[in-house]
Amino acid sequence: MAVLADITKGGRKAEAHRPWPRFTVDTEAWRRAVNALVEARATLLGLWGDKEQVHLTLLEEPSADIAVVTLQCPDGKFPSIGVAYPPAIRLERAIRDLYGLKPAGAADTRAWLDLGFWGVSQPLGANKKSRKAQPAYAFLPVEGEDLHQIPVGPVHAGIIEPGHFRFTANGEAVVRLEQRLGYVHKGIDGLMTGADLDKGAKLAGRVSGDSTVAYAIAFAQAVESALRLKVPERAVWLRALMAELERIANHCGDIGAICNDASFAILQADFAILRERVLRAADACFGHRLMRDRIVPGGVTQDVAPGSLDGIAALIETIRGKFPELVAVYDNTASLQDRTVTTGYLSPTLARAFGVGGYIGRASGRAFDARKAIGYAPYDQLEFEVPVRDDGDVNARVWIRIREVEQSLRLLEQIVQRLPSGPLHTQFGAGGAGEGLALVEAFRGDLLVSVRLGADGRIERCHLRDASWFQWPLLEACVEGNIVADFPLCNKSFNCSYSGHDL
Amino acid sequence: MRLVFKNMLSRPVTEAAPAPDTAGLAELAGNLDRAAKRRLGRSLAIREVDAGSCNGCELEIHALNNAFYDLERFGLKFVASPRHADVLLVTGPVSKNMREALLRTYNATPDPKWVVAVGDCAANGGIFAGSYAVEGGVSKVVPVDLHIPGCPPRPDQLLKGLIALLEAQSQAKTA
Repeated sequence: MAVLADITKGGRKAEAHRPWPRFTVDTEAWRRAVNALVEARATLLGLWGDKEQVHLTLLEEPSADIAVVTLQCPDGKFPSIGVAYPPAIRLERAIRDLYGLKPAGAADTRAWLDLGFWGVSQPLGANKKSRKAQPAYAFLPVEGEDLHQIPVGPVHAGIIEPGHFRFTANGEAVVRLEQRLGYVHKGIDGLMTGADLDKGAKLAGRVSGDSTVAYAIAFAQAVESALRLKVPERAVWLRALMAELERIANHCGDIGAICNDASFAILQADFAILRERVLRAADACFGHRLMRDRIVPGGVTQDVAPGSLDGIAALIETIRGKFPELVAVYDNTASLQDRTVTTGYLSPTLARAFGVGGYIGRASGRAFDARKAIGYAPYDQLEFEVPVRDDGDVNARVWIRIREVEQSLRLLEQIVQRLPSGPLHTQFGAGGAGEGLALVEAFRGDLLVSVRLGADGRIERCHLRDASWFQWPLLEACVEGNIVADFPLCNKSFNCSYSGHDL
Repeated sequence: MRLVFKNMLSRPVTEAAPAPDTAGLAELAGNLDRAAKRRLGRSLAIREVDAGSCNGCELEIHALNNAFYDLERFGLKFVASPRHADVLLVTGPVSKNMREALLRTYNATPDPKWVVAVGDCAANGGIFAGSYAVEGGVSKVVPVDLHIPGCPPRPDQLLKGLIALLEAQSQAKTA
C-alpha cells in the first residue's frame, strides 16, 4: 500500500466507497499519481469523467491494492495524464467528448468517441445542441517514400463489429496502423444515470455480448459492495460456473477463428463444434445460450435446471476428449505455425507499461489475472493456475488460451463437484446510497466497474471499463513491420471488443 | 490429415445434433431448402451489418455457419461485400455513428434487396432506446422487411426468420 498511501495522503476519504477507498485529492496528489504511473510503480485501471470531476483508479502490484483518486475540476480542466503516460490518451479524449472536461497539456486533442453525429456535444456534461459537422478526422501523418494507405471499415468484410483501420504500408509491410473507433457508441454511461438496478444490470450485460456474464458479475459486485450486501454462496458459485462456461466458449471460438485466418479451416470447424456444445450446455443449465440476464445484484435469477449439471460433467469429458487432439493438430502443422510464430510480437515492456490484461498481457509476461490477484469468491477457494509466457506473438496468445481452457475445465469440475446448496438471492430494499468498485476477469481481461448509488437506490453514475481500452493501442504497436496479410491474425489473436470499448 | 480422415469417417454433427432443438431444426431445414429454391433458384447472399450491436447477435449469426446449423447447405451464404448481397442482416439499435455507414451499405446493395433487422434493439432500440447516441431501430434509417426478435435470437430463430422472409417474398410474387 506504500505507493498508493503516498499518493493519497492528505486526500479526503469518501465515506461509503467500498471495498477499496476513494480519495478526493488536490492537483499535487494528482501529479504524484501521474509520476507513479510513468515510473511504473502503479498500474492504470481506469480514468473516467463525472460532473465537474474526474476519477482515476490505480492498482499497486504485486499487493493488488487499489485506490480511486478524484480530482475536482470546477474550471473544466484537469492536468493531462496522457501527455506523460500514453495509455491514458484515449480515455482522456473520451472524457472530453462526453463531459467536456479538458485534459490540460494533452498533446492529442482530437475527438475520440464523438464522430459528429449525435446532434449534441458533451452529452453528459453541458449537453449543448450541436448541428455543426465534425471536421474531417486528422489521421496521424506518415512520411516516407513509396508509402500507400489502405482504409478499412467501419463496415468490415466478415461478421464482425465496425471500426475503421487506416493502414500505411510500404509494399507488404505495415508502417503504421491507426485505429478510429467509436462507431458503436450507444451512450451506455448516459443511460445508466438515473436507471434503477434492474435496468442497470441489463445494460451492463449488454456492454459486450461475448462478456455478458463477466459484465453482469462486475456490475453486481460493485452494487453489492456499495450496499454491503452479502450474496448467498450458491449464487456466487453459479456465477463462476457461468463465467467459466463463457470463457471456454469464447476461447474455443477464437482459437478456431485464428486458425481460419491462417486458412486452416478444419480446426475452425472443429473448435466451432466445441463452442456450440458449450453454449448448448449453458442453455440447458440456465435457459439462455449466452447466459444473459441471469446475474443480478444480490445473487442470480435462477437455479440450474434439474439434472443439467450432469450435462456440464459430460461437456467437460467431451472437451477433454477432443481438445488435445485439436491442439496437437495446431502444434504439428508447419504451415499454421509459420503464420503464427513471431507474428504480431508484443514486448513484455510494452505490455507492462500499458498494464494490459487478459491473454494479451499473459502472453507477454504480465501475469495479472483478477481471479487470482484479487481472489474474489469463489476463486479464493478453487484450485487453478494462471498460465504465463513471454514470447508475445500470435502463437503465444493462442497457447495461453489453450492453457486457459484447460484451467477453466478444472474450475468447472470443482464447481460442479462442490456447488453449495442454499438460497440464490439476497433480498434487499430499494434505497441506500453508496459507492462500489469491482474488478472482474472476463475472458478478454479485467473489467472495472464503478457504481455510485443515490439515496433513492437509483444509479447516479456508473462507469464500465473494458479490457480493450488498454489492448487496442497495443494492436497498433504490435502490427508494425508485419505484412498486411497477417493483420487479421494479429487482430483475431487480440480480439478486442468494439462495443465494450465504444460503450 | 488424421483429423480429416477421422472427421470423414465419423457421423456428421449436423445430423446428430443433440436435443432439445434437433426436431425443430430438421423441420426448419426442410422448409428453408424448398422455399429458398422456389424463390432464388439455389442461392441467397447475405451481408451482415453491425449497426451498433453489443456483438451478441453476431455470435449467434456466426453459429449459423457451424456444423450443427451449416447454413450453406441451403445455398444461403454470407458475403463480404454489399455489392454481392441479396439480403442485409442488420443488428443493433443503429448508433448515430453508424447511420451513415449503414445507409451507404444499403445504397451499395443492388436491387432487389431485403433488409432483416436482427435482435430486440434492432426493432426499436431496445434497452438503448432514448440515448442521445442511437437512432432507435433499423427502420428509422432503411426500410425493413422483417424483424427477428431475441436478445440475441437463437440460431434456430434466425433460421425461422430467414424462412419467413422467403415465404413472404414468394407469396408477394404469386399474388
